[in-house]
Amino acid sequence: MSGPQRLTYREACRQAMREAILDDPRVFLMGEDVARYGGCYAVTKGLAEELGEERVRDTPLSESAFVGAGIGAAMDGMRPIVEIMTVNFSLLALDQLVNNAATIPHMSGGQFAVPLVVRMATGAGRQLAAQHSHSLEGWYAHVPGLKIVAPATVEDARFMLKAALADPNPVLIFEHVMLYNMEGTIPDGTASVRLEGAKVRREGGDVSLVTYGGSLFKTLDAAEALAAENIAAEVIDLRSLRPLDMATVLASVAKTHRLVVVDEGWRSGSLSAEIAARVAEEAFFELDAPPARVCSREVPVPYAAHLEQACLPQPDAIAAAARALVRPS
Amino acid sequence: MSARVRLDRRQLLALLKGMKRIRAFEAKCAELYQAQKIRGFLHLYDGEEAVSVGVMQALAPEDAVVATYREHGQALARGIPMNVLMAEMYGVREGCCRGRGGSMHIFDRERRFCGGNAIVGGGLPLAVGLALAARMQGRSGLAACFFGEGAVEEGEFHESLNLAALWRLPVLFVCENNRYAMGMALERAESETDIHAKAAAYRIASEAVDGMDVVAVAAAALRAVEAVRAGEGPRFLECRTYRLRAHSMFDAQAYRPKEEVEAWRGKGPIVRFQKWLDGNGLLHPSDLAAIEAEIDGEIELAVAFAEAGTPEPVEELERFVLMEEVPA
Repeated sequence: MSGPQRLTYREACRQAMREAILDDPRVFLMGEDVARYGGCYAVTKGLAEELGEERVRDTPLSESAFVGAGIGAAMDGMRPIVEIMTVNFSLLALDQLVNNAATIPHMSGGQFAVPLVVRMATGAGRQLAAQHSHSLEGWYAHVPGLKIVAPATVEDARFMLKAALADPNPVLIFEHVMLYNMEGTIPDGTASVRLEGAKVRREGGDVSLVTYGGSLFKTLDAAEALAAENIAAEVIDLRSLRPLDMATVLASVAKTHRLVVVDEGWRSGSLSAEIAARVAEEAFFELDAPPARVCSREVPVPYAAHLEQACLPQPDAIAAAARALVRPS
Repeated sequence: MSARVRLDRRQLLALLKGMKRIRAFEAKCAELYQAQKIRGFLHLYDGEEAVSVGVMQALAPEDAVVATYREHGQALARGIPMNVLMAEMYGVREGCCRGRGGSMHIFDRERRFCGGNAIVGGGLPLAVGLALAARMQGRSGLAACFFGEGAVEEGEFHESLNLAALWRLPVLFVCENNRYAMGMALERAESETDIHAKAAAYRIASEAVDGMDVVAVAAAALRAVEAVRAGEGPRFLECRTYRLRAHSMFDAQAYRPKEEVEAWRGKGPIVRFQKWLDGNGLLHPSDLAAIEAEIDGEIELAVAFAEAGTPEPVEELERFVLMEEVPA
């Protein structure tokens, strides 16, 4: 690659898949409307024309069957990429993901691996209401045997897939729907990223803001607003939700002594709860204030724009939570 | 009928032995369960042996097998050594899954035995994927998928049949219709009880066969496998059979009359086949004695192997939750 490359998150996802299919005869893509329609979010547009419908396969609306078929094919030498339109639809394949993909390697005593990649859209912001807008990646992060990642940057969208395909385990990639149109720059010479490990996206010494996926840029906006008030927020992008890179989070908390977790999932029984609990368990005496959380309101995400936006973590609320920790009234 | 089966005496005796071996192995398992050597769920195959023995002889080493939680018969018929199977039931590290799977989750990579699956219907999508992998890699193998008639009630059954037919994948679907899904009688669960007719709705050539007749099953399986190998897409075999024992070890069988079970006992696949062999002068008394002695000896060795097994160290508990590499 020569020179920094500017592209959208959607284009990054597409390039990643194109490269993977061209580079490895074991890789193929299947899912609903990935071929002739070009993907419900236009992520796979043009791939079937170029690569053929053997390697880019439209499936019937049978999430359980085509996810299970991906598992079976992965058990026997292939490296499938399965696309599920949204995380809400993935619930129709929950049996295959949780009862088969996550268990077979262990249950078989290590005789079979499931090197499967499942991509799906997650999150709200497009006024798609309660059956297309939820953030359930935290549920999947509960399950041993799965790896869960959430690329939040164009660079991660471009290169996490390659790392996921190289992993011998089932990897679920969650792409936030509000990121697809986002443009970003891939630094000159970048050809790979790690699948795991959090990244500090902005350094600061006053408060740690831990987030992932679609909330990253809202959190960076909040950090920018806080900077105007002379509060230096450190922003951590988890990138991987399972396993969690707690070392990076704990190192940040050791520096800032304050933690805000920002998670578009609901608060109760959530990933944000897990992170707050682990920080409390492992770094309680580093904390100068109780951990705080900014999560989605506990309602099914509604259609009306103002109601939908009121559900979600917003920069103002994130900044307010951080401010309350740094400058308690 | 494209493939006419001609079985010589040796092959017929092998079918008899295959069934008797499963029956005797499981009788020992039930005994060991009472002795608390085997725990958890134990689902016995008593009465259904003709299905796995009949189908398995039609398969080749390159074929993949997906089975259910009632899979001791498939496992033994596929050639998984009895000792590692017994050791798995004992939950020791010498077991085929190092004690992680138990009776319901037998896997054997070498024999392409891709699991006993304990979610009813959960194995069907896997079989579709195994067949897809074979096709995409240009291999000749097919995927044989065993499931009970209860699986027909699940959406995964319908999704999988459709996908396999749509993509003309080399899958042999084998429905072991033993008439009861745990305690739920077929006619109480299905509006259409003719299961093989459902396959036809997906344009899959299907056949219903007397699952208590090992030769009929073997012949039907050979025909179906030949068609699948010829690239004709999936085939569907409904084997009509009967479970003579309880669903598992905790089942008072309140859902069926004792007389029904007794009547089926008389039509069991082993007693029936043995009588037929005998009547046709194909079974000499010395054959039977030799078969039974061999089986008894094998079971004795398997039990000794399992008894001598060692517990998987608890330090290894998390091993294989995540794999470090894909096994070659």
